[in-house]
Amino acid sequence: MNYVSETILLAVGTFLALLGAAYAYDNLFASHMWVLFFVLLVSTVVMLRKISFAPAGQASKSRAESEYLDEVIKYGVIATVFWGVVGFLVGVVVALQLAFPDLNIEPWFNFGRVRPLHTSAVIFAFGGNALIATSFYVVQRTCRARLFGGNLAWFVFWGYQLFIVMAATGYLLGITQSREYAEPEWYVDIWLTIVWVAYLLVFLGTILKRKEPHIYVANWFYLGFIVTIAMLHVVNNLAVPVSFLGVKSYSAFAGVQDALTQWWYGHNAVGFFLTAGFLGMMYYFVPKQVNRPVYSYRLSIIHFWALIFMYIWAGPHHLHYTALPDWAQTLGMVFSIMLWMPSWGGMINGLMTLSGAWDKIRTDPIVRMMVMAIAFYGMATFEGPMMSVKAVNSLSHYTDWTIGHVHSGALGWNGMITFGAIYYLTPKLWNRRRLYSLQLVNWHFWLATLGIVVYAAVMWVAGVQQGLMWREYDDQGFLVYSFAESVAAMLPYYVLRAVGGAMFLTGALLMAFNVTMTILGYERQETVSGAAPALQPAE
Amino acid sequence: MEAYTALRQFADSWGLMGMALFFLGVVLFTLRPGSEAQAKKAAQIPLKED
Repeated sequence: MNYVSETILLAVGTFLALLGAAYAYDNLFASHMWVLFFVLLVSTVVMLRKISFAPAGQASKSRAESEYLDEVIKYGVIATVFWGVVGFLVGVVVALQLAFPDLNIEPWFNFGRVRPLHTSAVIFAFGGNALIATSFYVVQRTCRARLFGGNLAWFVFWGYQLFIVMAATGYLLGITQSREYAEPEWYVDIWLTIVWVAYLLVFLGTILKRKEPHIYVANWFYLGFIVTIAMLHVVNNLAVPVSFLGVKSYSAFAGVQDALTQWWYGHNAVGFFLTAGFLGMMYYFVPKQVNRPVYSYRLSIIHFWALIFMYIWAGPHHLHYTALPDWAQTLGMVFSIMLWMPSWGGMINGLMTLSGAWDKIRTDPIVRMMVMAIAFYGMATFEGPMMSVKAVNSLSHYTDWTIGHVHSGALGWNGMITFGAIYYLTPKLWNRRRLYSLQLVNWHFWLATLGIVVYAAVMWVAGVQQGLMWREYDDQGFLVYSFAESVAAMLPYYVLRAVGGAMFLTGALLMAFNVTMTILGYERQETVSGAAPALQPAE
Repeated sequence: MEAYTALRQFADSWGLMGMALFFLGVVLFTLRPGSEAQAKKAAQIPLKED
């Protein structure tokens, strides 16, 4: 396949990046454009080397058109594993930086710069690649149609990686618009918008040309995620740049409106990126792995609509006891509590899909991983609404309890369901009989689960202690503890948190090894505890 | 009237009612008699092929 026009566009982009570096309004923009220049230059060279001058093979082209486009999904699976390991590693580093401040290496590796690197790496690089890859896989299988738009799917994949690289290098250089989970500056935001529109076109186009009359529920969740993230991203990042060749921009909103816009975005990034999209994964990969249809299809439809209608209002619970009007705070709290119903409906639906096949939890470590993911989905969506209640929030806000809550959702639900999907996809995509080792999956499962339990439990204790220390008055009405005392008291918890994170990272490294060996075509001779391999259903 | 007040009034009257009715309609439509057989068929979609 020749990509002549794509290569020319890349070369033009490389030249524009060079011009951007030359005429930059500020030094940071120049540095960032040099990064972009070298990334695009390498890409151009790689593409140039791929151009073949042999006569085009018409026959092979028409054959390829009739099959599913799976090559881009393979790249997506590898990218997911890679960014997962990077993101978890950076997470362990920031955890250690909090415990041992000497590890803050100025200026590039300060906590303030590395922390958004961690959040973006795990949410957008690891989670985003998982969502893009699995959505491409699921939409083709459930629509029985090849991806729409030809090579547009490749643009989505590589364009998204470029966004990740620009965001990550920007953070380390100190370029940020200081919006939670949306730190990249205006030019990177514009690039993501372009990539995202292409993603929507590929996904929606595939649905429109489907051969299956009904749109399977997993695609509803994926589509809900793509459309809502487009809306959230555009509105939250409305900003006016100081110069078109400079990094700095100013938000279109001011004061409390700006704060609410940020948390309307921030909470729905959780609700639609980390929930709706990953539920799409759950509704496809859980039925596939246990080989049974979803427990109640009608419940899954109601789950979808209830989630869509309620999540969007829950954002104000991040701004309890602030300048945000009281009615808006109460609205956010009420909708958060109402979210209990669809969340638990979905959890029950996912778990009950196993009814009649519960033995698979014992015999299949991948099913075990998925079940643990759904269990953490249930726990995190129970804890969240509870913390959104104003009385509880008055204790939990600004403490490490919040961090613990986020990680039980992100590591437990998003991480585990993604691991399950990766373990399901790898043998399928590379045409292997099975994974290299199920024993290693089992090790990954226990390392990850115990790591999360250590992390979450430690952060509960730390958070409640912080909250209680901050509100402790003596009989004279004076605060008993200074803020620094509450920081010093956190040391043992911060060290333990790093231990929990390191366990989770170790599990991910095992996964990377397992996936690599599977791709290379090795099979480890082993017997999985609890089941004789001969009794495993042939996949 | 100020834009904020106008939007706020629309949001907590017609907007709220429209969304609530749409949501109720979706739930009732999903649970309508005869939808169960269709749902059973749709649930099989992922299992049809590898």
